[in-house]
Formats: sequence, C-alpha cells, structure tokens
Amino acid sequence: MSEPVLSVRNLTKRFGGVHALEGVDFDLHAGEVLALAGDNGAGKSTLIKTICGVHQANEGEIRFRGQAVSFANPRAAREAGIETIYQDLALADNLDVGANVFLGREPMTRRWGLFPALDRARMAREAKRVIETLDIALPRLDRPVRALSGGQRQAVAIGRAIFWNAEVLIMDEPTAALGVPEQRKVVALIRGLKAANKAVIFISHNLADIFAVADRILVLRRGRKAGERLTAETNGDEVVKLMVGSA
Amino acid sequence: MSVTTEIGEPVSRPLLAALAGAWAWIFLVFLLGFFEIWARLAYHASFVLNGFNLQSIAVFTAQPFLLAVGQTFVIIAGGIDLSVGFTMGLAAVILAQAVRLADPLLGPWLGVLAGFLAALVAVAIPGLINGLLVSRLKVPPFIGTLGMYGVAEGAGYLAAGGTTVPVSNPVLFWLGNGTLFGVPAPVVVTLVVLAVLHYVLSQTRYGQYTYAIGGNRQAAVRAGIDVRRHTELLYLLSAFCAGIGGCIYTARFSAGAAQAGEPLLLDSIAAVVIGGASLFGGSGTIIGTLIGALIIAVIQYGLVFIDVAPFWQFIAVGIVIVVSVLVDQSRLALTSGVRTDE
Ligand SMILES: Nc1ncnc2c1ncn2[C@@H]1O[C@H](COP(=O)(O)OP(=O)(O)OP(=O)(O)O)[C@@H](O)[C@H]1O
Ligand SMILES: [Mg+2]
Repeated sequence: MSEPVLSVRNLTKRFGGVHALEGVDFDLHAGEVLALAGDNGAGKSTLIKTICGVHQANEGEIRFRGQAVSFANPRAAREAGIETIYQDLALADNLDVGANVFLGREPMTRRWGLFPALDRARMAREAKRVIETLDIALPRLDRPVRALSGGQRQAVAIGRAIFWNAEVLIMDEPTAALGVPEQRKVVALIRGLKAANKAVIFISHNLADIFAVADRILVLRRGRKAGERLTAETNGDEVVKLMVGSA
Repeated sequence: MSVTTEIGEPVSRPLLAALAGAWAWIFLVFLLGFFEIWARLAYHASFVLNGFNLQSIAVFTAQPFLLAVGQTFVIIAGGIDLSVGFTMGLAAVILAQAVRLADPLLGPWLGVLAGFLAALVAVAIPGLINGLLVSRLKVPPFIGTLGMYGVAEGAGYLAAGGTTVPVSNPVLFWLGNGTLFGVPAPVVVTLVVLAVLHYVLSQTRYGQYTYAIGGNRQAAVRAGIDVRRHTELLYLLSAFCAGIGGCIYTARFSAGAAQAGEPLLLDSIAAVVIGGASLFGGSGTIIGTLIGALIIAVIQYGLVFIDVAPFWQFIAVGIVIVVSVLVDQSRLALTSGVRTDE
C-alpha cells in the first residue's frame, strides 16, 4: 500500500491532570475515510484539535506526507493542506457563498485599471465551480449563507476546504445538527471527497453514517485507542462494545 | 448521488423585499416631496430648487455624517463607539489652540497645517485606547467607549480652559465657510471622506473583513484574519473621522468647543441605523449611512423651514429610528427566510 498521507504515533495530550489523549496511533491514506467514534469525553475532538494545531501534543509524533510536523495554529495546518471543518462550520452568515469560500484569501483585481479591489466576479465564479463539483444544488450563490439549509451550509464549508486543495479534511460531527435528508447529503459529500482522492477524518455519534461511508473506524475510550476496525469486517455491536469497554 | 432536495428554501417575495431594502431612499424622497408641497402652498416658493436650502442641508448633513461614517465601520463589525462626540470636541479645541499658537510663528498656511496635525494626533490617542480596550482587554465596546466618552469630555474642557477657544485664521475660515464651485468647503471635505471610505468598505479586504467580523467573529479568526489588529484600526478610524468633524466645526465657527459634538453622537448612531446597519453587526453601508444622515438633516432643517417648533424634530427623528429598524427586520425576513424565534 502507498505511504500514508497522515500518520500519528503515540499522541498524548493532557490538560492538567486530565489525560484527554494517551498514546494514540493511526494511519490515514489518500482516498480513505476514517471515522472517529467514542463516548462523550472520549477524546475525539481533542485528537483532531491536536492534529490541526489548536492544541500542541505533550508527547508523540504527527507525520504529514512523510514529514514530522507540529502546527503552531490551525492556519499553519491549513496552509500545509489539512483543513478542519468545525461543527459550527465557521461561516460568516452575512456574506455570500463566494465571500465565505475565499474568506481570508480574497483574490484582488484593479478597478478602472487603477485601484485594487476585491474580485467579486471571480469569487462567485470559482465558488460556483467548486460547489458544483460537490453535486449540491444551491439556489443562488449571491445571497448571505444564512439563507441556506444546514446541508447546504455544510457544502459551503466543505467547498471552502477543498477549494484550497487540502489533502486531509477533518470534520467534527458534520451530520450532528442535520435532519435525515441533509445527513444523507453530507454522507454523499464525503463519498465524493473520497472519490476525489482526499483523505477524510470524521467524528460521528451516528453509527449508520459511519457504516455508510467510513473505510475504517477508530474507537477511542477515555483518551486511549480502544480499537481500530475495517468497516467491512465489523458491525455496530462490536463498535458499541469497544466504545463502552465491554468487548 | 445527487440528493438535491431544496430544504429550508425561504419564501421569496422580491418586490416587497426590494421596497423594504430601498425604503430609506423612498422615505427621503417622500420627505423632500412633503416639504416641497408645504413650501409651495405656504410660501409660494420651492424647497428643493433653492440653492441656499440645498447648501444648508448639505452642511447640516456633513457634521453628523462625519461621525457616522466611522461609526458605520465600527457598528458593522459588531461594536459601537460612544466617544465620537467628545473626540470631535477634543479635536475642535486642540485645533483652535494649536492654530492660536502656531499661526503667529508659522503664518496662516503652516499654522493651520500644524493645527490639523495636532488635532489628528490628539484624537489618535482616544482611538487607540478604545481599540486596545476592546480588542486586547476584551472590554465590551459599549463600556470601553463610554469610559472614553467621559475622559475625552474632560480632556476637551481642560484643553479649552473651560470655555470656547476663539481662533481667527483666514485659511481656516475659508475651509469652514468658503465654497468651491458653489459647494461649501466642509461639504467638499466630507464628499472626499465619503468616497474614500465607501471604497474601503465595499472594495477592499479591510471592508470585507469588517463585515466578516460582524457576521461571525470566530469564523474570521479561523480564516486567519487578524481580528485584534483589525478592531484596533476600526476605533482609530472612527476617532479620525470624528477628528475631521471637529476640525470642520472649528473652521465653521472660528472657535473650538469641547461640547461641539455632544448633540451629534446620537444623530450619528441614528444615521447608521436608519441607513440599514444592524446594531448586532454584519450589515450596513456608507451610502445607507449617508441617506440616514440626509434624512435626519432634512427633517431638522425642513421643520425649521416650515416654522414648526424645533422640539418636533426630536420626536420625528425618534420615530424614524424605530420605524427603520422595524422595516429592516421585515426585510431580513423577506430576503433570507430568517424569522426571529419567539
Ligand atoms: N481545553 C480543555 N481543557 C481541559 N480539559 C479539556 C479540554 N478539552 C477537552 N478536555 C477534556 O478532555 C477530555 C476529552 O474531551 P473531548 O472534547 O476530546 O471529548 P469528545 O470525545 O470530543 O467528546 P464529545 O463526544 O462529547 O464531543 C474530556 O474529559 C474533556 O473534559
Ligand atoms: Mg467533541
């Protein structure tokens, strides 16, 4: 098998006396979807935050594309090619789709060949293109994203992440706040990312979603790795047992 | 794999929404029409087609607008600057004092220049402190700038020695009372500020980030925007706008006064709100604020013109503020399907 795009060894993170993460290992390959499962407080969010630069690990190693990395902040991780989509999506509700896709990295043009100005036409055009690749229908891209439904907003957040050619996409509970049809849509989005050879990590409490899209499942319990299974070789019962510790 | 159900699609009523969006314009036209008819009936003269009236309204608009234009940026980013009125007064006093000092030494031109520099440096201090309080020390903008309201008031009166500071300088006088092709000089200055800041807000990254911070501060931070520095600059900008307003005051009246901007603070906030900005941040435009300031000026000047007791203007402006917020809320509901939960 090819070299993993992301590889984590013995990752440990403590908050004072709380051992949020203890010696966690895993590998992630391009075109692979890894689900993180575990009870509340198991350390799932801590694991992805430590990878993407929100937290700094106390021990252990993160290798990205074969190189040891330690990101000082999420921005550094994003520039390297690891995009994180937070549960609250971090969209500016008052701005349109293009503005959100390009937030912080807006293309500029020259107005009357003289004054530097935001290239809104290009932002709208490229946002449309990237949203289309996600196979999601957005009625209009020139309206504030607050007018969009939960699944559409998720698409904008994912669109922003893939637009910048991230190789690894991390999603914290992308389906949690959505209704069933919208959850399906997001699952379809994740499949699309896999087809585009992205590596995806997603956290979910929903076993149906996990089994619908993940290649592998990493179960955490009290900060430790309770087990790792190929989706094809396990079932919901086993995963639940790993989560609660009666396997 | 396309599961493209349209969920949460807002009911779209474009005509109503467009009307609500343009309501400030419509209202301004209505006001002008109202005073026009009144003037024709009562005085057999035109209200609008009258150079003197137009000049007066423009000058009436310029002062609160200069405070409001910086305030627009601050409010869009989700803040508020209550100190602009006394920051303006501080600039007015410092300019007068500095010209009194510098004019005999440097002559009228350089004297005025030195005065402007002194005034801008003086207002930079409250602007920077406001910015620091809000961005680094996490003081709520309402409280931080309320504190600065008091400090700038005291500083202004101290610098003025407790009275108004008369100043006589021909260059300054022209800037306050001269005209350029029939346009009053203060209005010309205001138009330049208008053009520059409209451009900054609508065309540059700085403007875009101002909206983003007001829409979702966390999103702006995660997008790598330096929100703290941005916020500091916002309050500095607001103070500079107020400073320009103070300089114009001194030029117009040939005297600096610490209380110059006191009555303008609420007018400036009203102009921003009437212009369509939300005090929760995230929306607003410079052109909207201009329309808001014009509406207030037309009401104030028009009521005096038709000889109504001046106290009615407070009532009229108060009603317009509330109505504008109500219209704005219905517009939001119409354009985005967002309704307030209740
Ligand atoms: N910033 C922090 N400071 C102190 N303790 C923290 C911090 N973040 C997380 N923890 C602790 O670390 C442990 C793991 O938390 P984490 O948020 O990673 O759990 P989780 O698996 O994401 O849970 P959930 O499913 O509820 O989101 C918890 O005991 C939590 O209280
Ligand atoms: Mg969590």
